[in-house]
Amino acid sequence: MLIIGALASAIGIAVSLAINWFPVAADSQARQIDNLYDVLLIVSVPIFVLVEVVVLFSVWKFRMRPGEELKDGPPIHGNTTLEVIWTAVPAILLVGLCSYAYVVLTQIERRPAHEMVVNVTAQQFAWSFEYPGAGPGGKSITSDQLYLAKGRPVEFHVRSKDVIHDFWVPEFRLKIDAVPGITTKYRINPTRTGDYSVVCAELCGLGHAAMRQTAHVLPRASFQAWVSRQGSAATAAAEVGGQPS
Amino acid sequence: MVARLRAPGLLRGAWAFVVGIAFCFGLTTLIRALYGFQPLVDADAITIVALIGAPLFFLVGIGAFDYWFYWAAGRPTRAEDHSGHGARTWRDYFRVNTDHKVIGIQYTVTSFFFLLVGGVLAMLMRAELARPGMQFVDSDTFNGLFSVHASLLIFLFVIPVFAGLANFVLPLMIGAPDMAFPRLNALSYWLLPIAGIMMMASFLVPGGSFATGWTAYAPLSTEAPLGQLFFTVAVQFAGASSVATALNFLVTIITMRAPGMSFWRMPLLVWANFSTSLLVVIATPFIAASQFLVLLDRALGFNFFQAGHGGDVLSYQHIFWFYSHPAVYIMMLPGFGIISEILAVKARKPIFGYRMMAFSLLAIVLLGFTVWAHHMFVSGMQPWIRVPMMITTAIIAVPTGIKVFSWLATLWRGVLHLDTPMLFALGFLTMFVLGGISGVMLAMIPIVIHVSDSYFVVAHIHYVLFGGSLFTIFAGVYYWFPKMTGRMYDETLGKIHFWMTFIGFNLTFGPMHVIGLQGMPRRVADYADKFAGWNLFISIASFIVGLSTLVFVYNMVASWRHGPRAEANPWRALTLEWQVSSPPPIFNFDTVPTVVGGPYEYGVPGAVHGVFKKAPEPKPAAAGSVASATHPGVE
Repeated sequence: MLIIGALASAIGIAVSLAINWFPVAADSQARQIDNLYDVLLIVSVPIFVLVEVVVLFSVWKFRMRPGEELKDGPPIHGNTTLEVIWTAVPAILLVGLCSYAYVVLTQIERRPAHEMVVNVTAQQFAWSFEYPGAGPGGKSITSDQLYLAKGRPVEFHVRSKDVIHDFWVPEFRLKIDAVPGITTKYRINPTRTGDYSVVCAELCGLGHAAMRQTAHVLPRASFQAWVSRQGSAATAAAEVGGQPS
Repeated sequence: MVARLRAPGLLRGAWAFVVGIAFCFGLTTLIRALYGFQPLVDADAITIVALIGAPLFFLVGIGAFDYWFYWAAGRPTRAEDHSGHGARTWRDYFRVNTDHKVIGIQYTVTSFFFLLVGGVLAMLMRAELARPGMQFVDSDTFNGLFSVHASLLIFLFVIPVFAGLANFVLPLMIGAPDMAFPRLNALSYWLLPIAGIMMMASFLVPGGSFATGWTAYAPLSTEAPLGQLFFTVAVQFAGASSVATALNFLVTIITMRAPGMSFWRMPLLVWANFSTSLLVVIATPFIAASQFLVLLDRALGFNFFQAGHGGDVLSYQHIFWFYSHPAVYIMMLPGFGIISEILAVKARKPIFGYRMMAFSLLAIVLLGFTVWAHHMFVSGMQPWIRVPMMITTAIIAVPTGIKVFSWLATLWRGVLHLDTPMLFALGFLTMFVLGGISGVMLAMIPIVIHVSDSYFVVAHIHYVLFGGSLFTIFAGVYYWFPKMTGRMYDETLGKIHFWMTFIGFNLTFGPMHVIGLQGMPRRVADYADKFAGWNLFISIASFIVGLSTLVFVYNMVASWRHGPRAEANPWRALTLEWQVSSPPPIFNFDTVPTVVGGPYEYGVPGAVHGVFKKAPEPKPAAAGSVASATHPGVE
């Protein structure tokens, strides 16, 4: 049974690691979170296999056979050694996992050297993004799409105008509630160019499901080009009184 | 005719209800007139007052308060002649009845009615989610569907069905003739249908049903249309019912055990309900408070949760989860008790590590109060709270693990009777482990930052509440069906029900882990096209679960009507409820039993748990010494 269990665990771990659980990793935080998930899988699979193997083995080996209708099992009331083991081992395991999770947490939340601030404002049912002081002459740029530069760390300052929303880009593994009355923060370091969905993850009313916009991670040069375009567009728009897209 | 209208019962309840609405109409309009509010007649205000007032009139009408009113008024109270005990026809189940066995069945059947309603709502949701885009319902209705689904299944099914099963079984198990407070017991039952009907009725309100999830986060809930208040007030009734029953259980367990039934001889189901009741009594006032605050915000503009007016949005979540995390254990511990009963009986072995099983329940009660903020890791609360809450959340897996390993050890070298209750118990054991594993993952802050509010969480809570709680409920219902109805259920249909549920359940909720990690948020009527394949698969699988329920309902109804008569003790169990006839006599025990040993002494030659002859020495201390002399190995 031990061999079957070990074999099943090995196969289980291999399969569970082969499954593509996550969307692509688009920032440096994502990789560490994914690694933590893999470690959790490696620890979890043997525990799951242990329980299943014992249950299935018992069902196979100890099931009542014809003629045993009135038979009872042996009156085993307990075993202190076993009970100490299955209290202590999971406790140690869990403290270990918590310590690792704590290390990951401090790493993904560490403050980088140069970071850009983006103000994220949520309202029913749209996101808007503001780049304070990024435009020409220190003006702010606003946009209804999120643009970021690859390799440029960013801190999001998230606010809400009405109810609670939740700012989530699955590819960044990032999520924080937008709470009326307070500013919540989160930082990432984008490492992969591409277009990703900005999703609202906290039920915010009728249009909650449709509250999806796009995050564009651009190469640095393209990002700079976008910023300067926005700057001139904003100036032009201010003259004609229109709204830049 | 007049006599019938005046006699306590549903008819008097009905006209009292109408009078109640008229009274609330008058009261609201009078107060508005005194304040000079315009318009004088305001449908919103009247509805809110009537939601609270009219059910109280109904309760007085059906007679839940008759005895207390007579007593308080100094009029002669009708001495209890126990004519209301027992149920002779089905009509007796629609009366205020003080018999714990009748109340137990009232509770269980009512809860299962709400399970079916909640299940139908889930089917509607899965139909909408089968394809991306909007097909059957609009998004407001969809938000209502999942909100009412969750609220009904939590407050009107899982919590009360455990109270119902325990109501029937627990007094029998400890050798008591009834619960400690039979009239309070009847009142707690009648609060339940009020809460359930109120939640369902919210669909009929202009503006639609409450649609803010069962969590009803402020300020979304404080700005929601009128339907929201049907949730807010219904929770008060369900909560009051819960607290009253829990107090009843506590007093019953502490004071009404049969001679010789020391705490360490109680069956683990009794231990489990003792622990659960502690949780209920301490935690439930917090959700009551959270909903009262929402009510005051919504109806009277108190601004508890309005950020611009000195309110604090996050405090709602802290108060709410201070109940609603312990509520997870309220919905699980009684199931642990049921599983312990069934595994010992069906494996024909004593439960492994009985004392550790009891201690781990108490440990969960204690730890259960220290983990609530793990629901708020991305809520914007003080960041430092996250780390201690992560550690306590992970550590609560230790007592739970002790239970799982002890159950496995109970199976070892037993003689396993693989009938329907046992299959559901084993199904629980295998599925609950998965829910526990994803639970530990959800304790880890970096993981939660990604998966909170996603389908991963939906998968987790269904593995815990469906694969966990509901499997234990099915196991318990099949196990005690002969005792409750006096008839046997159909074993083949039971097994078909198990396999359909087990397979359908895994196909439905297993893939939700994946789409959650991939980035599908929960509580959405529409989703990105990349999730279309899995969602169609999940919807089809969920209909298997829906169909399996029909098998269950048919089996229960048909067996109750025409099933073969059950013996007193078809499972050869040792606990006291199986030592009396099926169904039990009106006062449970013709002779008060004396408990002389542990409840699970299977395999010990000649061991008994209770005896029905007069004990030679009725003092509990003497009985205790007899037992320890006979069974020195009792753990």
